[in-house]
Amino acid sequence: MSPSPVGPYLPLAVTLLVSGLMAAALPVLAHFLGPRRASKVKSESFECGSVSEGSARQRFAVKFYVVALLFIVFDIETVFLYPWAVNFKALGWFGYAEVAAFAATLLVGLAYVWKKGALEWET
Amino acid sequence: MQETLDRLIREVLHEDPQVWAGSWVVYAAALLAVGFGLTVFGALVAGLTSWWERRIAARMQSRIGPNRVGPQGTLQFLADALKLIVKEDLVPPESDQMLFRIAPYFVMTGFALTFVVLPFGYHLSATRMNVGLFYLIAVTALVVVGIMLSGWASNSKWALFGGMRAAAQVVSYEIPGGMLALVPILMAGSLDLHEIIRAQGGFPWDWFVFQTPWGFIAFFLFFATQLAEGNRTPFDLPEAESELVAGYMTEYSGIRFGYYFLAEWGNLWVMSAVISTLFLGGWQVPFVSAETLAGWEAAGTVPVAFYGVSTAVFVTKVVVLMNVIIWVRWTLPRIRVDQMMSVCWKYLVPIGMGLVLLAALTEVLSFQLFGDAAKGPAPLGTPRGALHLAFFAVAGAVPTVLFFRKIFRNIRLTGDRIDLTNW
Repeated sequence: MSPSPVGPYLPLAVTLLVSGLMAAALPVLAHFLGPRRASKVKSESFECGSVSEGSARQRFAVKFYVVALLFIVFDIETVFLYPWAVNFKALGWFGYAEVAAFAATLLVGLAYVWKKGALEWET
Repeated sequence: MQETLDRLIREVLHEDPQVWAGSWVVYAAALLAVGFGLTVFGALVAGLTSWWERRIAARMQSRIGPNRVGPQGTLQFLADALKLIVKEDLVPPESDQMLFRIAPYFVMTGFALTFVVLPFGYHLSATRMNVGLFYLIAVTALVVVGIMLSGWASNSKWALFGGMRAAAQVVSYEIPGGMLALVPILMAGSLDLHEIIRAQGGFPWDWFVFQTPWGFIAFFLFFATQLAEGNRTPFDLPEAESELVAGYMTEYSGIRFGYYFLAEWGNLWVMSAVISTLFLGGWQVPFVSAETLAGWEAAGTVPVAFYGVSTAVFVTKVVVLMNVIIWVRWTLPRIRVDQMMSVCWKYLVPIGMGLVLLAALTEVLSFQLFGDAAKGPAPLGTPRGALHLAFFAVAGAVPTVLFFRKIFRNIRLTGDRIDLTNW
């Protein structure tokens, strides 16, 4: 693709800006149109009608952390496959063998994680 | 976009776009118009889909649904938006004020940015980039940031749990989604969405779903991952009303609350457009072969009608898919969290990996044996075509027969009868 003033990426920047501004405009409008009557009960965090109990800034299950770690590992592996997928014809059997070895390593990793119980949700 | 603008400058304004200083004004105006147009289009689609989904849901539950505002209730979404704007924009004093306020913007901009590369028809998209699909996957991740921010910033237990669940779900399903998208990429050999469409054809047997068994399986699995990434039933756990109130948006009100729903409904279009681009032939029009199109392009005589027809074809496919997603939502119950995670990690990830390897094996093998001649659809007369037909006939017939056998068995067991009077 030849460089161009409205190039492939400039519309992204402009759309980001325009959509951000438009998204910001409506709450500003709502600020002037909407009622603003604060009350003690209304400002409490919602707990199904009961008086709210304690802070929500508390510890939560560690399994979410494990999922995040797994995501980083596997997502980056998937990303590595994309350049090959576009170019696999030029790389031929050599590229295929490399990727098969790569995928095998990945599957061993998945098997390890599975065996370790990181994929079990209820513990 | 540049060529179109240059042609416009040359033919309408009679200036040379290379030297004329005013062409910058035209470029800037066009860019702003595109940004504005795409955002408005996204919002409109989301609004109309919300009305349409409510009508369909009502139909499925023997209700009427919104039919008061405008003809058949079509303007309901404008009334809803207006109502949300004049509501109090409540920010809980104990929340993280700044994060709470900006979280919906991440969702909105991430949603609007996907439209920049989405094709709408032949040569019709805001921009074309050689990493199109990759960009789409990256930019949808912005929505996760918004969800996590809102879950954390709200300082509410419901929001926290909902936000964590949503983030875990969306990031988990991104992995099989990314892997399964590799199957059509391998078949097309490109990440550019228009190139992927051009590698397919107008007729159903030219589509990537029906070209190889891998594409066929990948299509259904990819559909499921897209449902999960869009938080649609049966994967709507993040906002499971009966368990988590409203998930990460529990504390939101007014228009900020509306943004989450806007993005969710608008995402139906994005999902459907991506699926139809990757697997269902995109804007390819039947009876217009790749050679015909290439001939038109070489001669510079692409008929104006072709732009319209291809857009109509693409929009039809997208709307049909959107209806399927809506239909799924009002048919299936929600799955449990542990089921959701094990479907992703224990089934979709290994299967996705296997499909990628098999698809690659097929492509490399056919390329090494036949060169580029083996690309594309197989004519029905050839052995390859006959093999295709046999495979898809069996692959289609077996599940259909099993499905109806199961249904009739259930009907017999419950002693129910089929009631079509509602139609």
